[in-house]
This record gives sequence, structure tokens and C-alpha cells, in this order.
Amino acid sequence: MTEKVLMKGNEALAEAALRAGCRHFFGYPITPQTEVAAYMAKRMPKISGTYLQAESEIAAINMVLGASAAGVRAMTSSSSPGISLKSEGLSYLAGCDLPAVVVNIQRGGPGLGGIRPSQSDYFQATRSGGHGDFHLIVLAPDTVQEMFDLTIEAFELADQYRMTAMILGDGMLGQVMEPVDISREGTVSTVAKQWALTGTKGTRKKNIINSLYLNEEELEMLNFKRFEKYAEVEKIARTEEYFIDDADVIVVAYGICARIAKNAIDEARKKGIKAGLIRPVTLWPFPKLQLKAAAAKAKAFIVVEMSMGQMIEDVELSIRCSRPVDLCNRTGGMVPTPDEVLAAIEKAARAERS
Amino acid sequence: MTIVFERPKALTDVPMHYCPGCTHGIIHRLVAEVLDELDLVEKAIGVAPVGCAVMNYDYFECDMAQAAHGRAPAVATGIKRANPANIVFTYQGDGDLAAIGTNETVHAAARGENITIIFVNNAIYGMTGGQMAPTTIPGQITQTSPYGRDTKTAGFPLKICEMLATLDGTAYAERVSADGVKNVVNAKKAIKKAFEYQMAGRGFSIVEVLSTCPTNWGLEPVEALGWLRQNLIPYYPLGVYKDKEASR
Amino acid sequence: MSTANEIVIAGFGGQGVLFAGKILVYAGLLAGKEVSWLPSYGPEMRGGTANINVIISDTPIGSPIITNPGMLVAMNQPSLEKFENDVQKNGLIIVDSSLISLKVKRTDIKTCYIPATKLAEDAELKGLANMVMVGKIAKELGIFDLDIVKKAASKSIPARKQDLLAPNIKAIEIGLAYC
Ligand SMILES: Cc1ncc(C[n+]2csc(CCOP(=O)(O)OP(=O)(O)O)c2C)c(N)n1
Ligand code: SF4
Repeated sequence: MTEKVLMKGNEALAEAALRAGCRHFFGYPITPQTEVAAYMAKRMPKISGTYLQAESEIAAINMVLGASAAGVRAMTSSSSPGISLKSEGLSYLAGCDLPAVVVNIQRGGPGLGGIRPSQSDYFQATRSGGHGDFHLIVLAPDTVQEMFDLTIEAFELADQYRMTAMILGDGMLGQVMEPVDISREGTVSTVAKQWALTGTKGTRKKNIINSLYLNEEELEMLNFKRFEKYAEVEKIARTEEYFIDDADVIVVAYGICARIAKNAIDEARKKGIKAGLIRPVTLWPFPKLQLKAAAAKAKAFIVVEMSMGQMIEDVELSIRCSRPVDLCNRTGGMVPTPDEVLAAIEKAARAERS
Repeated sequence: MTIVFERPKALTDVPMHYCPGCTHGIIHRLVAEVLDELDLVEKAIGVAPVGCAVMNYDYFECDMAQAAHGRAPAVATGIKRANPANIVFTYQGDGDLAAIGTNETVHAAARGENITIIFVNNAIYGMTGGQMAPTTIPGQITQTSPYGRDTKTAGFPLKICEMLATLDGTAYAERVSADGVKNVVNAKKAIKKAFEYQMAGRGFSIVEVLSTCPTNWGLEPVEALGWLRQNLIPYYPLGVYKDKEASR
Repeated sequence: MSTANEIVIAGFGGQGVLFAGKILVYAGLLAGKEVSWLPSYGPEMRGGTANINVIISDTPIGSPIITNPGMLVAMNQPSLEKFENDVQKNGLIIVDSSLISLKVKRTDIKTCYIPATKLAEDAELKGLANMVMVGKIAKELGIFDLDIVKKAASKSIPARKQDLLAPNIKAIEIGLAYC
């Protein structure tokens, strides 16, 4: 067994990017993700990488676009208000079919909001967060270990599908310190980036990175093609499941809420209530099939999230509203307690019995 | 200077949250005294930035808005265009004004927007815990320039007064400092002049105030004042960079 | 899961509560336990309060947030007032009695008064009250021996500051020895 080290979520994520071969990081300070930038500022100069503090989040994501167009693995990270500014870049990255990794360590909103953990950017992330027809791959870690593992995976998926992969964490995952095994190295894409801007060197036709298509037929065809790719990506939808084989009540939660829910489920089981958890690890693609399958057996669902109820819509859609779905939520930086989740489970179990 | 410890009418009695020895508090007081002296409390509308001064909507007694990071000059423009009879000012840090909000600042100045900007330059991002700012001086160590600001990779600091002075829309630009009695007296004069220019409809006015951040500079309050004198004032010389009235 | 090992250490920013927590989780990790360390975080304003949630467990940790600590270590009065009522029944409150004159009101818990700040100062270890507390906490937990705590301290102190290790360990020993 390799020795585990203690790291904050933000630091593990930054280290993972380095292990995945990312040598170009463009950031802008914002709580609660600043440790990512601080880590990069320390490490990049030592490994001949680029750490650049941009003048704004808009500049940072466009620097990522440029670096990605030039063929390297590039990343930017921020928190909610900064991600809003990045939405232009997210759309252009998609329109140019460029790979990128973008991190959102969410905090309470809207507006300047607060700095405490939140999950209220779910819609923004899973509905792409920018103008036009496109998707991001959205990965939702729930431990420091996953902050590390999923970041490496994000770089691989981004290259494989020429898409932006977003790590959707929250302030608590960014700040919490836990043991983590960081021995894994990422694989650098084996597919040569023939589309990259590296200079023709007189050996190939020129490459163009562009999202302008004034011919509407051409643009429609391109969007069709891109969505064929997205249909392929849907297959990576993934969950973690906890006690769902015999569960009457299924809690659906991602990120830190899933961990809180696990505590509540343990308590519910002690009280004889058959509760279980489905934790979406990918938020886009959303694990529709897994939820649909669970609905065949379970009697009720509870969605636990730190927002006014965003993921609940995807749960209802996935199970075609075939079962009651309750919401157990806090917002604005407040975090649900295991007791609150337990109460919701007990209520659902009672309702389902009567 | 007579030191009056009475609170200016333009300041509320809400306790300020600034760290001990931070000169943000002094600058608030100067702005408030000027609002008092020009009888502007009922007429002024302030715009708070995103930075340590974010909560100054609670500290000034006049109407206040809170803007997105860097956008205060745009918000102030909207307010001024809608209510031209009001006196509109922003209060912004260096990250807010000179990084993310450079666009808004430069264009407000270029338009000769009749607003006043109080620009607090402490050469660092205070609120977020001490990262490099556009005004961080070469060699200065911050959380995101851990080996000292290297001009080869992080470029050079922005000299805002010097830059804005080149624009025809700028009516008044002066750099002052919040250290020591003499400089503080000058700072107040400059702030007063800036508001008077707006009252006279002369156009864009900005006062850049060199300020301390003992917490993130890692210095005791008194040492911080010394550091400001030894490092910031030589890099950012004090003085009037633009005065449309005087040059007429 | 035993919740006695859910510890909240709270005090002023600058008292080193986050660092104290770090040594405890490192010790937990070295002892083969599951651990988590969750700090309060916020704008870097001085004079604020800081607290740390430390969990050391035999089983995988669900939520890293502690709503009802099994152990509260109060290093200033506001922290005691803020968290006293959250402590679990039969839990333990450790109070730095050199800084807090207030007595614990609850009677359904164990209380321990230790003048950590004074003990540190008397031993010419000014500013190491947090380490005295680490010793005291380790003693109360009874799940790791001094060697592990020493190793954890050495791992938590950056290489270029290893000269601070000896005084830190001395402070930890004072806490361990205090009854
Ligand atoms: C869009 C956006 N990006 C980043 C932040 C985080 N942020 C808050 S304050 C601040 C900088 C503050 O520095 P400065 O303007 O120099 O003021 P000071 O705190 O030093 O007074 C930043 C980057 C934010 N709130 N919104
Ligand atoms: S962090 Fe710096 S700028 Fe902000 S209040 Fe403290 S000393 Fe002042």
C-alpha cells in the first residue's frame, strides 16, 4: 500500500492536474478555491510550467482556450461568481471543440452571495452555463480522494471527447483535509492533436480554431454532429450506490450531501427503515438509466442538495415522475445535517406505509 | 490638524471590520469628513466594491449600492446618468479597480463620466488572503507570487493615475498616501477637490490613496506604515497627475 | 460509530487551533484511523474566531461536519459560549482556564479546566497553548501514544522550521502530563 498524505481538497485537485500533465494554469483569486492557485503558483515555476494570474476570470478562460488551441492540457479554477464570468469562454470552447478542465468550488449565491459551501450552480453547470447548444462533462467528487482522481479523469475525458470537463465541488470539499493517495499518474492522451495550432511547418494544411459559421445549414450539421458525440458521452454516466438493493426509500445526493446522507442512512437502517443512496458521480451525463432502474423497486425518493431544488428536476425526469420525490435542502451556504436527512427519510417511509 | 474623535455625520456607528492598523478605516473617515463638509450626505450615492471594503454600504450614511467585482464604475455610471443631480462615488481596491475592473475604469474616465473614484492601493488582494495584485511591486512576495513578483512572468505594476492622466475625459487625478499626519491631511484635500470637481460638473475625478495591509503584508501596523513609505511611495510617487482646472 | 472522537477546537484566529487539529489528524492517520479536518474559513480579517472540526474514526467518515461534538476544546470565551450547548450528552469540554473565567454551565457532561496558556508561558513556550491542548486531547482520547503524536508533529511542521519541533513537543508533553 502506498502511503497516504493529508491534503486539502483544493490542493489534491491541483496536484492531480500536475500529475495529469497539465503545465498551464490560468487563475484569478476567489474564496473558497484560492488554494488551487496558491498551489500552482508554488509548483509551476519549479517544473517549467506556466502559472498565470489573469486580470479577470474572463481573461483566464480565454487563456485556457488559447493554450488548448495550441495543443496543451490547460486548466482554470474559480468559484461561483467567477464561473459566471467564464460562461462566455465555456461556450466558445464548445464551439471550437476544444478540451479544457474548469473547476467550480461552489459558494452561496446569487450575486456576490457568501463564501460558504453550496450546490446552487447545478443548473448552470449541467445546462452548460453559456449560450448555444452544448454540454460540459460535469464530475462531482465527494471526498478529497475523488477531488484527486476525478481531476485526472477530467483531463482524460476532455482530450478524448474534445470537451470541457468541469469539476463541480463546493467550499467544504475544497477546504476539508483528508488522507489521499496521490501515487497515480494521469495518462497523456495517445491521440495526437492534429487540429492544434502548432505552425504548419510546411508539412500540413493550415489549422483553424473557430466557432463562427454564418451558413446556417453548416452550423446545424455541426450541432447535429456534436450531439452525436454527446450521445456517445452519455454512456459514461456513473453512480456510487449504497444499500440500494432492498431500499424502499432512495436518497439521491452528490458531493458533500451524499456523505451527510450516508450518515443518515446508517441511522435509518438502525431504526429498521430500508433506506439507500444513489450518488451521481457524473452530473452531466446524468445517470438516468441507473435512477430509472432503481425506481422499479424503490417506493420513494428524496433529493438532498444545497440549493432551492435543482438536481431534483433531473431525478424526476429520469424516473418519469413514477415515484414521489421529496426535497431535503438547505441553501445560501447552509449545510443539511444528518438529522434533517434522517427526518426526511422517516417522513417518506411513513408516507409510503400509509 | 485638530484631531476630532467625534464621528463624522457621514459615517454610521456600525463598528468597522478592518484589521488593526489597516488604513482603510482612515480613508473611510476622510471621505466621510468631506461628505460632511460639502454637505453631501443627503445627496451622495456611493458604490461599494468587492474587496475588504465590500461592506462599506453599512459604514457610509448616504445611499449605497454594492457592485460586482470591478464593475463599480459602470454601476456608478448608470446611477449618475439616471440621477445626474446626485453626487456619485465609488470606493475600490486595486484588484477591483486595476485588474478585473480596468475596462470599466478606463472607459468611465475616457467618457469623462462625472463621477468620483476613491482608489485604495495596498499592492495586494486583501479580502481573499493576500494574492498578487496588479499593483504588487516587483519582488514583492504574496501568496500567488511566493518567490517574489517576477516581472518576466507576471509583468509590471499598473500606474493608474499616470495612465488615466493621458485620457482627455479625466478632469482630476491625484495620488496621495494614508500614512502620517501630513500625508493624511493632503489626502483629505485631494478627496475634497475630487468631489468639488464633480459638483462643478467637470468630469471624471480619481484619488489614488496608498494604503496598508498589515495582515497580508505580514507586518505589524507600525512596520506596515514604514514599508509603505520605503517601498510604495518610491514606486508610486505622490502628486497631482491631472488637473484640468489648473492647466486651463 | 463512536462519536467521542469528533472534536471541535475553537479560539481566536492566531491561537493555532487549525494547526493543533492538523497534528491530531496526522496522529490519527499514523495510527491507522480514518480522519478528516474541516476548518472554518473566511475573509482574512484579524481578530476573528477560528474553529476546526476533527474526526478520528475506525470506520469511513461520512460528513466531515460536526454538529454535536463529543469533545469541545474552548480556547476563548466566545467559543465556549457558542459551542457549549452543542456538545453531546456525556461529552467532554476542555477549557483554557487561564483565558476563560466563565464556568461550564452544563451538568450532563464532563468538564476539564486546564490553564494551557499559563502552563505554556511558565515553561517559556509562549504561544504554544495549542500544543498543550494537543497533549491534553491525546491523553483524553487515549488512542495514540506519545511517539505517534511526536511523529505527527514532525510531519506537520515544514522542513525549514524543524527547529520548532522540540518546543512543540515539550508543550505537548506538558498537556499529556497534566491531570
Ligand atoms: C468575479 C469575482 N472574482 C473574484 C472574486 C473574489 N474577490 C473578492 S475580493 C477580491 C480582491 C480584493 O482585492 P482588492 O480589490 O485589492 O481590495 P482589498 O481587499 O485589498 O481592499 C477578489 C478577487 C469575486 N468576489 N468575484
Ligand atoms: S486584510 Fe488587509 S486590507 Fe483587508 S482589512 Fe485587513 S489589513 Fe486591511
